[in-house]
Amino acid sequence: MTARTVAIFGATSAIAEQVARLLAARGARLLLVARDPERLERIAADLRLRGAGLVDVQVADLDDPAGLAPLLAVLEARLGPPDLALVAFGTLGDQATIARDPDATRRTLATNFLSPACLLTALAGRMEAAGRGTLAVVTSVAGDRGRASNYVYGAAKGGLSTFLEGLRHRLAPSGVTVLDIRPGLVDTPMTAGLRKGGPLWATPERVARDIERAIRARRSVLYTPWFWRWIMLAVRALPEPLFHRLRF
Amino acid sequence: MSGFPESTAYRAWGRVERVRHRVIRPGDPLAARAALARRGGLRVLAHGLGRSYGDSCLNPDGLLILTRGLDRLLAFDPLTGLLRCEAGISLGELLVTICGRPAPGGGIWYLPVTPGTRFVTVGGAIANDVHGKNHGIAGSFGRHVAALELLRGDGTRASCSPDQNRELFAATVGGLGLTGLILEATLRLVRVEGLLLEVEDLRLDDLEGFYRAAEDSAAWTYTVAWVDCLARGRGLGRGIFSRARHQPGGSVPPPTAPRLGVPLAPPVSPLNRLTLRAFNALLWRRLGPRGRRRRLLPAHDFLFPLDAIANWNLLYGPRGFRQYQCVVPEAGAPAAVRRLLETIAAAGEGSLLAVLKTLGAPTSPGLLSFPMAGTTLALDFPERGRDTLELLARLDRIVLEAGGRLYPAKDGRMPADVFRAGFPGWERFAGLVDPAFSSGFWQRVGPASGRPVARAA
Repeated sequence: MTARTVAIFGATSAIAEQVARLLAARGARLLLVARDPERLERIAADLRLRGAGLVDVQVADLDDPAGLAPLLAVLEARLGPPDLALVAFGTLGDQATIARDPDATRRTLATNFLSPACLLTALAGRMEAAGRGTLAVVTSVAGDRGRASNYVYGAAKGGLSTFLEGLRHRLAPSGVTVLDIRPGLVDTPMTAGLRKGGPLWATPERVARDIERAIRARRSVLYTPWFWRWIMLAVRALPEPLFHRLRF
Repeated sequence: MSGFPESTAYRAWGRVERVRHRVIRPGDPLAARAALARRGGLRVLAHGLGRSYGDSCLNPDGLLILTRGLDRLLAFDPLTGLLRCEAGISLGELLVTICGRPAPGGGIWYLPVTPGTRFVTVGGAIANDVHGKNHGIAGSFGRHVAALELLRGDGTRASCSPDQNRELFAATVGGLGLTGLILEATLRLVRVEGLLLEVEDLRLDDLEGFYRAAEDSAAWTYTVAWVDCLARGRGLGRGIFSRARHQPGGSVPPPTAPRLGVPLAPPVSPLNRLTLRAFNALLWRRLGPRGRRRRLLPAHDFLFPLDAIANWNLLYGPRGFRQYQCVVPEAGAPAAVRRLLETIAAAGEGSLLAVLKTLGAPTSPGLLSFPMAGTTLALDFPERGRDTLELLARLDRIVLEAGGRLYPAKDGRMPADVFRAGFPGWERFAGLVDPAFSSGFWQRVGPASGRPVARAA
């Protein structure tokens, strides 16, 4: 399947951009959606030169529920039904603020759970009707167990993973694939405030290669890099008394 | 300060020093500007792929702006070969994405100048005004930079070219990242016949042989020689001279580092006097009785010998190594190179890669550009503390007496007087350095050298 048609939501995210480069090199036709027009244009210019069959951009605030219907109309008009939709937007936020401020908690849940869930509902209906397509969604290993350091973000991502699980169940008869992408620690601007380095940190390029392969293989859940599956298995298995003595 | 995370992970290629940095990896020019705005008292330096050998890519206790997130292609004109890109993209990535595309009138577009590794960024290639094996024809990398966008410490942007902001352009090409952050560059690619090279290797019996071969190679685009720096007496300067020119065909190199690699630094380096002597003798005899061999090679195999083994720098063990590269002007070059080789052979200090090249007539555009018409010699020495430093100081004297200079990209130790003698334009350069920027190298050789360095907490 070459020259696929792909819509990327949150196209200025570091991971999404690297996935887009791999797809561009295979001649894919891309529609990029994000908030910041300047960054979008820069990324679009790059993807055109890297071999994309076509690159179109659409500025949109994916947190705005009223914008969803017009956005999907644009998608339909310009790209037709996509073979692949990559949903890659999210915010990590500052946990110290989120932990005290109900409004920040609401915003974190909205951006990381509510907005992608609504978008996916709309996309799923179209793909189900078409009887084909792939929904690939970036969640996080943070969703596997609530932890003091990022449990609001983690709750949103964990909720999204559950949503995807159900969506996959619903869409299984229709031939639509749902991929839940759970990256570990990735060196991106989103994690700029964290101390980095060491074997647990991965580059967005590495993560993107895993994602592109998982999409082609029509996988359901991807931990990337691979070792996070086992780390999170261990983290989930920790009994509470021990878990509470750890801070991470 | 300012919420930048700390790291000791960013090192130079020679791995002699480990220093503490604050780091930030902006994903676009606006983020880079925002990082500069909140730097507080920190001095800043761009850091790309860390292929500089010494401390010109380090900024002890300062802020490193990691440029690899600024790696986008922005525009390419297949008719003229003009390419505009962000400065954090690597030459290897340009080779994969743009080079190899057909040029009008036949042939393909290619990098005008290729240093010994393709894993350097465009910004790094400009900031070090790198040269390649085609210096006699093409000159240094900076000659092919049509324009660049510089982000200054005060947040302003300056468009620089040989016609616009000329002083700042001359200071930025070869300027070791000290004039600001290079955001974008416009490069002039060159047309070549193809991605294959016709390569001829000639055995050299002595140093005269090198100069004869160099003179005799006008019909070849690329020339370089490897010399056995352990050979003494009549064999002094023996080695292999290689020359190459483009041929049609071939394919682009793989995008990433080779699979063959050194996983971690061995506790004791396998590179010692004995192994080097054996290795050098073996290499020299490889050409067989005729002492001549012709081959057709993928261009990247010949142009990027350093990329054959990933992380080869780890071979020098936990203490790392020092690279020494000098150039001596044409007139006294044969005598000076002889003295350098004699001094090295007498010290018994082997070098895995001793590379001899002639640099040609094209002038370099930068105030601190390294290349000048003459002969350049590049060597690696395992770091052995004082012994190594004393040998290098002896070499310094020979180079300065010959009117030569050392390559800052390779250096982690040259004293301020050696730097200043080699680069007479340094004071003009110092006046154009952005006060928000600094590096380990500049603290050592710049105007502040010798004075206690004021460091931000």
